[in-house]
Amino acid sequence: MRGSFTPRRDYYAGALMLVLGVGAAIAGRGYKFGSLARMGPGFMPVVLGIVLALLGLLIAGTALLSTKPDDSRFLPANPQWFGWLCIIGGPILFIVLGSSAGMIPAVFACVFVCALGDNSGTVKSSAILASGITLFGVLLFHYLLSIPFPLLRGVDL
Amino acid sequence: MISTAITDLWYGFGIALEPHNLMYCFLGVLVGNLVGVLPGMGPVATISILLPLTFGMPPVPAILMLSGVYYGAQYGGAICSILLNLPCHPPHAVTCLDGFPMTKQGKGGTALGITIIAAFVGASFGITEMIFLAPLLVKMALEFGPTEVCSLMLVGLLAGSTLAKGSPLKGIAMTVLGLLIGIVGSDIETGQPRFTFGITELFDGVEIIALALGLFGIAEFMNSINNTETVDMRYAKVGITDMFPSKADLKLAFWPMIRGTVLGSLCALIPGTGPTIASFVSYATEKKISKHPERFGHGAIEGVACPEASTHSSVQGDFIPTMSLGIPGDTVMALLLGALIIHGIVPGPQLISQHADIFWGLIASFWIGNILLVVLNVPMIGVWVKLLSIPYRYLYPSAMFFVCIGVYAANNDMFQVGETLVIGVFGYVLLRLDFHPAPILLGFVLGPRFEENFRRSLLISRGDLLTFIERPISAFFLFICVVLVAAQIYVWLRKPKLIAAEQAVEAAVPRTSYSELAG
Repeated sequence: MRGSFTPRRDYYAGALMLVLGVGAAIAGRGYKFGSLARMGPGFMPVVLGIVLALLGLLIAGTALLSTKPDDSRFLPANPQWFGWLCIIGGPILFIVLGSSAGMIPAVFACVFVCALGDNSGTVKSSAILASGITLFGVLLFHYLLSIPFPLLRGVDL
Repeated sequence: MISTAITDLWYGFGIALEPHNLMYCFLGVLVGNLVGVLPGMGPVATISILLPLTFGMPPVPAILMLSGVYYGAQYGGAICSILLNLPCHPPHAVTCLDGFPMTKQGKGGTALGITIIAAFVGASFGITEMIFLAPLLVKMALEFGPTEVCSLMLVGLLAGSTLAKGSPLKGIAMTVLGLLIGIVGSDIETGQPRFTFGITELFDGVEIIALALGLFGIAEFMNSINNTETVDMRYAKVGITDMFPSKADLKLAFWPMIRGTVLGSLCALIPGTGPTIASFVSYATEKKISKHPERFGHGAIEGVACPEASTHSSVQGDFIPTMSLGIPGDTVMALLLGALIIHGIVPGPQLISQHADIFWGLIASFWIGNILLVVLNVPMIGVWVKLLSIPYRYLYPSAMFFVCIGVYAANNDMFQVGETLVIGVFGYVLLRLDFHPAPILLGFVLGPRFEENFRRSLLISRGDLLTFIERPISAFFLFICVVLVAAQIYVWLRKPKLIAAEQAVEAAVPRTSYSELAG
């Protein structure tokens, strides 16, 4: 939304870009810089890093000039810690179970945990959804598209 | 010129009508229409999920299908806006203004019918524009050396980041961030790994699918979990017979439709102004020139026909710079360009001559796809309406499954699932700081080619930066860049006045917490 600057958050935004830019420029110094005529691999990272850092300063700077009421909160009004945890936890379980136990447990766990994150999600409704998706996923990805992902590791299905 | 166009088009139809290609085109528009209807799913996430599944296919059906998802989603998106007052797809947000009041008056079917007609008219014009304009652009672009390509890319990047939604400064920062993410991996010339931090999986660079699904999938779900409004289904009942508009309605909608189409096709040619801007601009224009502006917002059929035609002509026109110059205008096009590269096709002006099958096959498939969509939408409207009632709490876990398995299937590598998750969390941080992540993808896709051409043009000029100004075409592109920046500074200084008009339209559109970025 143009115009609705929230100054304080823009300080964070500018600072984040500044840190990323400076970081990129410093990391880029480790590669050969070269000259304009013969650029080394380090040229672009350093230049882009500096540009990003400058943009960060500009973002924070324009926020400084703005007189709009400020909103210093980075978190939304009603933080959804449990929901976020579930959304992050789903893929982590997918990775862990997928590489140790196979596709069926990985898909079930991923969908089940993600579904629990919704306020109205119960263990039962999540389990039903997860079972349905698992069945559909196995049919589509294993039997129809045959991606190389064992259904259950160690068990020949 | 017309005769060669017809011969080429004939050839294209030959390709698009091959049973295999036709099937994938149908699949693409069907899936597109489906995700268009589903609130909370966008074409960007869908195309990213489907992309790995196309690795085993020849490039023609793959590109036909992925493109089909994009324009198919536009047909579905309007249904959501008109029947539920939910702007799930940004280009159709403005359709809510008059579409939903029509639904309340019991004329929802008519609105949908007009939408389909407007869509087809708009799309047809957009496709025709592409047939004639793309080869012309190519003729010009074939003269370009690395210097011109470099300046042109700069225009594309700058326009993409400043004209899109949100603060232009933040948009440019996102583009630069995208360029930096594009650097990750081995250097093209020396092979030196950059920004890989010793992780071997990153030597090939960041996976485009991981980036897209992280930013437009996981980050989006984190933003909308427990934050979605309950869907009001009271008015969402439509039968097939309601969909045929009366003669009077058609007469009212005819000219707005034409005007919307023309505006949309113009917007498509300016990089960075995709269908969303096209629909807003055309709605505002239509309201301004109308003899009865007071009818707008209370179910005026012109207010549905005009932006819808505009959206669809702009969607088809969007393909022009991508296919003829290799410069994508928005996120979806960046993703499609990534798909072309993955399939081993070098984007740029030589694409039309070297891969005539893809280019003309794609254009022919647009016609076929649009006809299929019209046919799909009339009898199946009941099914789509039913789909609207699927609650978000079932949608996002299913989508998470597709994200995980889609990323995994790209390389059969769990590392990339983790990569997606990290990008997703970072993307959510960016969202909370009012950054719009769309330009990241643009920068990411163009980054490697930008660096290559930049290096080459300075190698040719022996390190003389003035080469970008001394060559007239390049100087012209740089001039456009200066104008773009100057215009932004002007807007920033005059903010209160100019913004007021824009906010008036934006404020009228109902807010939705999810899928703001999905288009």
